[in-house]
Amino acid sequence: MSGGNLFEQQRRNRRRSALLVLVFLLFFAWIGFGADYILYLSTTPAQGEFSRPGAYHHTIPWFGMLASVLALGMAWYSWKNGPKQVLWASGAWELVSPTKPQEQMLVNVVEEMAIAAGLPRPTIWMVPDPDPNAFATGTDERHAHIAVTEGLLAALNRDELQAVVAHELSHIKNYDVKLMTLLAALVGVLALISDFTCRFFGRGGARVSGSRSSGKGKGGGALILILLVIWLISVLLAPIVSRLLALAVSRKREYLADASSAQFTRNPAALAAALRKIEDAAAPTKAIQHGSAHLCIADPLGRRANIKEGLLADLFGTHPPMAVRIARLKEMAYQYQKTGVMPEGV
Amino acid sequence: MSWVLLVAIVVVVLWGISGYNGLIRLKGETLNAWKQIDVQLKRRYDLIPNLVNAVKGAMEFEKGTLEAVIQARNQAVKIQADALPTGGVKQLAGAEAQLGAALSRLNVVVEQYPQLKATANIGQLQEELASTENRVAFARQLYNDTATTYNVRQQQFPWSLIAGMARAEPVELWEITDEKERAVPTVDLSGKPKA
Repeated sequence: MSGGNLFEQQRRNRRRSALLVLVFLLFFAWIGFGADYILYLSTTPAQGEFSRPGAYHHTIPWFGMLASVLALGMAWYSWKNGPKQVLWASGAWELVSPTKPQEQMLVNVVEEMAIAAGLPRPTIWMVPDPDPNAFATGTDERHAHIAVTEGLLAALNRDELQAVVAHELSHIKNYDVKLMTLLAALVGVLALISDFTCRFFGRGGARVSGSRSSGKGKGGGALILILLVIWLISVLLAPIVSRLLALAVSRKREYLADASSAQFTRNPAALAAALRKIEDAAAPTKAIQHGSAHLCIADPLGRRANIKEGLLADLFGTHPPMAVRIARLKEMAYQYQKTGVMPEGV
Repeated sequence: MSWVLLVAIVVVVLWGISGYNGLIRLKGETLNAWKQIDVQLKRRYDLIPNLVNAVKGAMEFEKGTLEAVIQARNQAVKIQADALPTGGVKQLAGAEAQLGAALSRLNVVVEQYPQLKATANIGQLQEELASTENRVAFARQLYNDTATTYNVRQQQFPWSLIAGMARAEPVELWEITDEKERAVPTVDLSGKPKA
């Protein structure tokens, strides 16, 4: 299941995360436009009946449109302001003119990897934290930032640092920052809708909608009732379902970034070694906020869900289990060594 | 019936446009990746005189090594001027392989001079040299990856049908020309004295 060379792994992870995003969007559309559809059904007179003059007809899908606009607005806002906030919150300083040999090495490695990825050189930031970790952020390729903790620079050798930087650059190249910002905004809007609906129905709103649909022909009423029940259940579950879907996408993008890193460095074993070192220094990276965990090379909180395998990790981890990531990278290294030749491009 | 025909024609035309644009985009990316190699080679050519100056004084005995580096550089500069992805990749790759070999010989020689290594300048220069070699290698890798995608795409059906219209021609890959570089290095760990 986890097999395949690095290009196959990239393709598979792209397909899977695209599928997950599609499911996510359909779910969002069902919550928004589903409400409109139910309202449309319950305000349209059944066949053979006449509507009361002046009765409300729900024909324009206001709910769905409002939810979409809200989500897009939130996504746009956090996309524009997110990078600055993340960097500011981590207390990072920009590495402009390197003074120590190690800083020079970091600058060189970032520039080399930008060449390998075919990207413009990102801005380099240092995070004053002894725990090894790194993250990438930015609005687009030309305004990308890559941040490394001081602990990472101290712990890794040149090849390993190169692999980690390549992993972060592939988050930029694969538009992961944009994707995860959009998903976070959708999760936020769904939580809002769910909260609002719970309050509304908690205050006797259910009575109103119940009395409306009772005046209908029997068949139409039953359909509306079933749809309403399904919709209510989905709304109740929306916060948790959407969060789980977003986490699933995040894990797929991590695998993709690992495979892209292997493509840029042609050295999957170095990333495996780096991940091993980062895992061994399991202390939490205090400087990096909870909300930007999905941008890092490894979960900054060192949560159990991201380290151990099992059901918990399959559902709640922002990152795939370390052991699985390392195993996949080792397999890539083996395949690359065995065949030696790269297959067709991505 | 005529509706179906019309829709079919529109679909084919739209597909043709997107396929054509895809090929043109790949062609542009390939050329850009080629230019990236140029940029990195230029950077390397510019670095070499500095490197040679820095070690010249301490390495009077190694004149041959230094001269080999300078000669290989000048040769590569000459060839680089008129190499294109559709021709001349082989010659340039050959010249670059020679320059790379000369540089690594110099690096080995530098290692043998402790008083040279002791100065911080040389440590910086060595990092710079390693980075330069990496940059050239990664630029070549990007070119080869992009060029392979381009070459495969224009031969695949149905894109092959519009490859002629988009003036897409297969481009050369940057391959190792020196057989010595291709060979797997043998390491003798037996500790037996050589005959």
